[in-house]
Amino acid sequence: MTAAVEALDVRFSFGSTPALRDATVAVEAGEILAVMGPSGSGKSTLLHCLAGILVPDGGEIRVAGRRTDDLPEAERSALRRDRFGFVFQFGQLVPELTAEENVALPLLLAGVRRREALVRARGWFERLDLGGLEQRRSGELSGGQAQRVALARGMVAEPEVLFADEPTGALDSLTGEHVMDMLVGTARERGTTVVLVTHEARVAAYADREVVVRDGRVVSLTPAAGRP
Amino acid sequence: MSVPLTLLGLLEREPSHGYDLKRDYDALFGRGRPLPFGQLYSTLGRLARDGKVVVGETEAGAGPDRKRYVITDQGATEFEAWLREPVEAEPHLQTVLFAKVTLALMLGRDAEAYLDAQRAAHLQRMRELTEVKRGGGLVDALLADHGLFHLEADLRWIDLTTARLDALRTEVRS
Ligand SMILES: Nc1ncnc2c1ncn2[C@@H]1O[C@H](COP(=O)(O)OP(=O)(O)OP(=O)(O)O)[C@@H](O)[C@H]1O
Ligand SMILES: [Mg+2]
Repeated sequence: MTAAVEALDVRFSFGSTPALRDATVAVEAGEILAVMGPSGSGKSTLLHCLAGILVPDGGEIRVAGRRTDDLPEAERSALRRDRFGFVFQFGQLVPELTAEENVALPLLLAGVRRREALVRARGWFERLDLGGLEQRRSGELSGGQAQRVALARGMVAEPEVLFADEPTGALDSLTGEHVMDMLVGTARERGTTVVLVTHEARVAAYADREVVVRDGRVVSLTPAAGRP
Repeated sequence: MSVPLTLLGLLEREPSHGYDLKRDYDALFGRGRPLPFGQLYSTLGRLARDGKVVVGETEAGAGPDRKRYVITDQGATEFEAWLREPVEAEPHLQTVLFAKVTLALMLGRDAEAYLDAQRAAHLQRMRELTEVKRGGGLVDALLADHGLFHLEADLRWIDLTTARLDALRTEVRS
């Protein structure tokens, strides 16, 4: 089976700081993969390489079997827009736009008409307990509300692959669970592949499988590894 | 789980037949380990002997299970006291996990491989409980959450210990 996205021996450095050292991971189509590991171990960097936001110094990135790290930036950018959804770890909403415009943004960028894009965006507000906040600007939302708006934006265009970096980081346990329930439910319904970076085991437990990033390498842990 | 006190709690709600007690016990507290009828009736027998329940009249048209059990004042008092009493906040300082890591380090075995395998086993169980929670009602969720938070606490300890293995090795072997 061809992986939906994979990294093969990927190396990446920020200047002289190595962030990934021969990182290899394959995410199957429709799989929800949790990426865990200590702070600074390279989780976000791996996510950004998989998603084609960063270009590795070495190794390969493949999307549905096709190599993407050697594509021209314009093609990679089209790929991100048409097939991927994103929830970033830091600062993501456009402050000048209302919450519903933020959610509608990926649709507008994909050429959906404004009216239709807003209707589709609004559907997400009830689902994420955000009813009534459609017209707020991001500065007028709480941290957890802004995070849920960002999640809606990541999912609104029904991406093939959703990249989510700590999507519940700013949420209390109950809201976090509600959001994960919804995320996993929607992903399973649509067959969306999800790469979910989280340091919370209870969030990772919603995934089908987890890998751990340690010191720029990906380690797969399985209970049945035949260890003593 | 204290079976006698749990049964008293169910009887505090309303006088019940043995069969109803078993059904409610299994639904709320059984979790794949249903209460055997033998244990149910021996427990009810002891509670009756100790004056915590009384057995009502055998009802007409009786099958084997037509006796109704009623909680006594003494039983109710004991149940209330148990309900209010916090359980011991036991930090489990001597867990098997701890012992395995310490011994592995002491004997120069692969403690990291053990911790990795344990971590994977914990997460596997957490996934199962999460699935139970997603498929079930609020009572299932409540119980699954209790398990999840405890497993999570272990898992955080496992991660921290993995990160400190080199320092620990030096200390244990010196
Ligand atoms: N923009 C940057 N410039 C320089 N170094 C960076 C940059 N971003 C990340 N790094 C470094 O790369 C390494 C990996 O960072 P990364 O953000 O991938 O970690 P992470 O696993 O996502 O951590 P966290 O859990 O804290 O989000 C770290 O050593 C970090 O300091
Ligand atoms: Mg990060």
